Amino acid sequence: MMTAKFRGLLSALLVATAFACSALLSAPAMAQQKTLKFVPEADLRSLDPIWTTAYITRNHGYMVYDTLFSVNDKFEPKPQMLEKYEMSSDGLTYTFTLRDGLKFHDGQAVRSADAIASIQRWAKRDPFGQKLDEVVDSWTATNDKVFVLKLKRPFALTIDALSKPSSNVPFIMPERLAKTDPFQQVTDATGSGPFKFVKDEWVPGNKVVYVKNTDYVARKEPPSWASGGKVVKVDRVEWIYIPDSATAAAALNSGEVDWWQQVPPDLVPLLTKNKDIKVENTDPLGAMGIIRFNHLQPPFNNEKLRQAVLAVVNQEDYMLAIAGDAKNGKLCPSFFTCGSPMSSTVGSEALTGKRDFAKAKQLIKDSGYKGEKIIVISATDQPIVHAQGLITTELLRKLDLNVELQASDWGTLITRRSSKEPVEKGGWSIFHTWWVGPDVATPATNAPMRGSAEKGWFGWSKDEKLEELRDGWFNAKSEDEQKKFAQEMQKRGWEVVPFVPTAQFIVPTAYRSNISGLLISPIAFLWNVEKK
Amino acid sequence: MLSYLIRRILATIPVIGMVAFFVFSLLYITPGDPAAVIAGDIATNEDIERIREKLGLDQPFFTRFGTWAWGVLQGDLGISIFTNLPVTRLIAQRVEPTLSLAICTLIVSVLVAVPLGVIGAWKVGKFVDRLVMLFSVLGFSVPVFVLAYVLIYVFAIQLDWLPVQGYTPIREGFWPWLRQLILPSIALGTIYIALIARITRATMLDVLAQDYVRTAHAKGLAPNAVLMQHALKNAAVPIVTVIGIGIALLISGVVVTESVFAIPGIGRLTVDAILRRDYPIIQGVILLFSVLYVVVNLLVDLSYRLFDPRIQY
Repeated sequence: MMTAKFRGLLSALLVATAFACSALLSAPAMAQQKTLKFVPEADLRSLDPIWTTAYITRNHGYMVYDTLFSVNDKFEPKPQMLEKYEMSSDGLTYTFTLRDGLKFHDGQAVRSADAIASIQRWAKRDPFGQKLDEVVDSWTATNDKVFVLKLKRPFALTIDALSKPSSNVPFIMPERLAKTDPFQQVTDATGSGPFKFVKDEWVPGNKVVYVKNTDYVARKEPPSWASGGKVVKVDRVEWIYIPDSATAAAALNSGEVDWWQQVPPDLVPLLTKNKDIKVENTDPLGAMGIIRFNHLQPPFNNEKLRQAVLAVVNQEDYMLAIAGDAKNGKLCPSFFTCGSPMSSTVGSEALTGKRDFAKAKQLIKDSGYKGEKIIVISATDQPIVHAQGLITTELLRKLDLNVELQASDWGTLITRRSSKEPVEKGGWSIFHTWWVGPDVATPATNAPMRGSAEKGWFGWSKDEKLEELRDGWFNAKSEDEQKKFAQEMQKRGWEVVPFVPTAQFIVPTAYRSNISGLLISPIAFLWNVEKK
Repeated sequence: MLSYLIRRILATIPVIGMVAFFVFSLLYITPGDPAAVIAGDIATNEDIERIREKLGLDQPFFTRFGTWAWGVLQGDLGISIFTNLPVTRLIAQRVEPTLSLAICTLIVSVLVAVPLGVIGAWKVGKFVDRLVMLFSVLGFSVPVFVLAYVLIYVFAIQLDWLPVQGYTPIREGFWPWLRQLILPSIALGTIYIALIARITRATMLDVLAQDYVRTAHAKGLAPNAVLMQHALKNAAVPIVTVIGIGIALLISGVVVTESVFAIPGIGRLTVDAILRRDYPIIQGVILLFSVLYVVVNLLVDLSYRLFDPRIQY
C-alpha cells in the first residue's frame, strides 16, 4: 500500500520535473523592450503627493505628473508646462500660458482649469502654498491655455512657490482629481508626466510599474534637476522594493536590478569590488540632520539649556555616524542647507568653534536645571534618526544631565512627538529627524526655523523676532535682501536655538555600468536614464 | 463524524469573533497614528487632526469596531488607509507567494525530515543517527537569515544558478515560479526539517520498541516492510500533528524569509502594515491567520482517523 503511494508520489514528481523543463525550454523570447529595474529608497504606499509629504510619493509624483515651473541646479525657477508667463508692472497680475500638446494619460488635454484646481488644492496643504494663498485674490481661466493669477499685494516669491521642488510639490492633476479634498487621497494617478503608472501591476510592498508616456512632449532644454527636457529613454521602469539592504546589494551584484537608489555606507565597499557597478554621489546638496527640542516643556523650554547642547555638539561625530565616511557628508554650520543661496557662515562658530563642555556646564547651572528627566525619543527602524539619537544621548550624559533614550519605531515616534504633555505624561524632550536639502534651503520651507509656537512644527519653538525676520524675507524685493534676512534669522537662531543642525550627508547611489545618464540632482529622476 | 465537524465549525465562530475584538482593542490602545505617518515630517498637529477626521479615526471605539465588524460580516475587510486599495485585494495579492513558499517548504521538509528521522531511529546510536542528530541541532541553531545569506552568496552570486530575490507567479510558468522558491524554501525549511526529524526519530524509537514490531520481525517480515508498514504508520499521528502545527507556523512565521528574499507575502504585508499603523490590513491579516489556524487544526484532527482507526469522533 505504502509502496504504491510512494510510486505515485515519485511519478508525480517526475511529471512535474518534465513539465518544468519543457516550460523552461519552450518559454517564448521576451519582447525586447528596455526595462529599467530600480530599487527605490522606500516602498510606495500612497499615490497622492499632496495628501502625504512622503518623499517616495513625491518621487512617484515626478514620474507621473508635471509642474508649471521647476527649479534648475542654480535654484532658478524655469517654466516647465508653461510656454511663457508674464508679470504686470505693479506685480499684482501673473498671466500664464500652457505649452501646446500637453495631454493627460487618459488622452485629455491639459487645461487652465486643471492647473488652477491643482494649485488651489496644493495651496491648502503646503506651508509655502498657504503663504502664497494669503495674498491670492483670484485665479481665472482666460481660456483652456491661458490663466491669470491676481494678487492682493505683490508677492515676490510667487514663482518660487509654484516651483517648489520638494514635498509638497505643486503637481498638476486633472481637475476631476484636483477637486478632491486635500485631506483625502486622490483615487488614481492620472497625470501628464513622462511616465504612466500601471495600476494593475502595482503590488504595494513589492513592485511599482511605469511605462513611457509616448504622448509626452519634452522641452528642448537640457535637463537640470526637475527642469528642462524630461526625455524618457527606456520603455518601462519597475520600482522593486527590497527591504533588506544585503539582499538589495546581492541583487545589484548579480544584475537582477539595474540601480539601487540609496546604498547604506557599510555596503559601499562590497559594491565597489564589482567592476560592473558604479557607486556615486548624485545628490549635490545631500540631506540635513537635526536635533529638535521640545520648547514647551522643561528643561528645554529654557534657552540656556538649548545653548548648552549647542556648545558641545560636534557635527563630525554625527556625520560619521550617519554617513560612515567623510566623503559622504560635510559639516554644515548653517540653519539653511549648505550649498543653497540662503546658507551662510554668519555666527557659525557656534558649531565650528571649540566644543566647550565647561561653558555648557556653566550654562546648565545658570539655567537652574534641577535634574528634570530628559527623554530622547528615537526610532530604531530609521538608522539616520537612531544614530543621531544615540550620539545626543551620550552627549547629554557627558553633561551630567538626567537623560533617557526611549527607542521605538518611527510610527510610534511621530505620534508621540505630537504630544505637548510633560515627559511624565507621555511627552518628550528631544527627537531627531532629517530633510533633503531643498526642504530646509529657505525660510519658506524650513519648518523648524520658525518661532510660531504652538501653531508651528513639532517642538513648537516660540520667538517673535524669528517670525518677523521670516516675514521680512517673504517681502524682500531682491535675492540680496532675502540673503540679509536669512543671515539675520541665522544669527537669531544661534541665540534662541530652535534646533541644532547635526550634519549634511549624502547617501550614495549604485548602478550597473550598462546604465548611463543619471542626473545630478537632490531627487532621483528617472528620465534621461539609458540602459544598454 | 459529520456532527463532530459541524460542532467544530460552529465552535470557531466565537473564537474568531473574540480574536477580532481582541485585535481591534489592542490596536486601539497601541501607540501610533496612521494620520501622523501620512501627514509626514512637515505637518502640524492641525494637519494630523484633519487627516484623522477624514479617516474616521476620531470616532469612538465602539463606532469604529461596529463599522468594521459589519463590513467583515459582509465579506468586506475595509480599505487600506495608505494604498486606498481593498484589504481583500492586498491579501489576495500576497496569499499566493506565502502559500507557495509554505507548500514548497513543507514538501522539502517532509521529504527530507521523515526519512532522516526513520533512518536515525533505525540506526539508533550509530554514526548515521549521530549525523541526523547533529543536523537537527544545527537546523535549530542556525538563524534563518544567516542561512539565507549564505545560500544567496553561494547559489545566487558565486554560482549564479538561482535568483537572489523576488517572486514569479505560477501563471508565468512552473520553472520560473519554482526557481525563485528553491533558496527560500531551503532556508525556511531547515528548522522544520530539524523539528520533524527529531519528532519522527523519537516516535519511531518508541514504536520500534513495541511488541508488535518484535512480532513482525519474528514472523520473518523484511526490515523495510516492518519499518514502513508497521512502525512508520503507527508513528504517524504525532508526526502529522507537528507537521500540522508547522503549516500554521510556516504561514505566519515567514516574515524573515520573505524580507530577506524580497518575497511579497503575507508576512511582509503584516509587518509593513504594523510599522505604518495601517489598521484595516492588520485586522484583516490577523483574522485570516486565526481562521487558518482553526482550519489547519481541524484538518489535523480529522487526519488522525486515517492513521489510527481506533480514533472515533
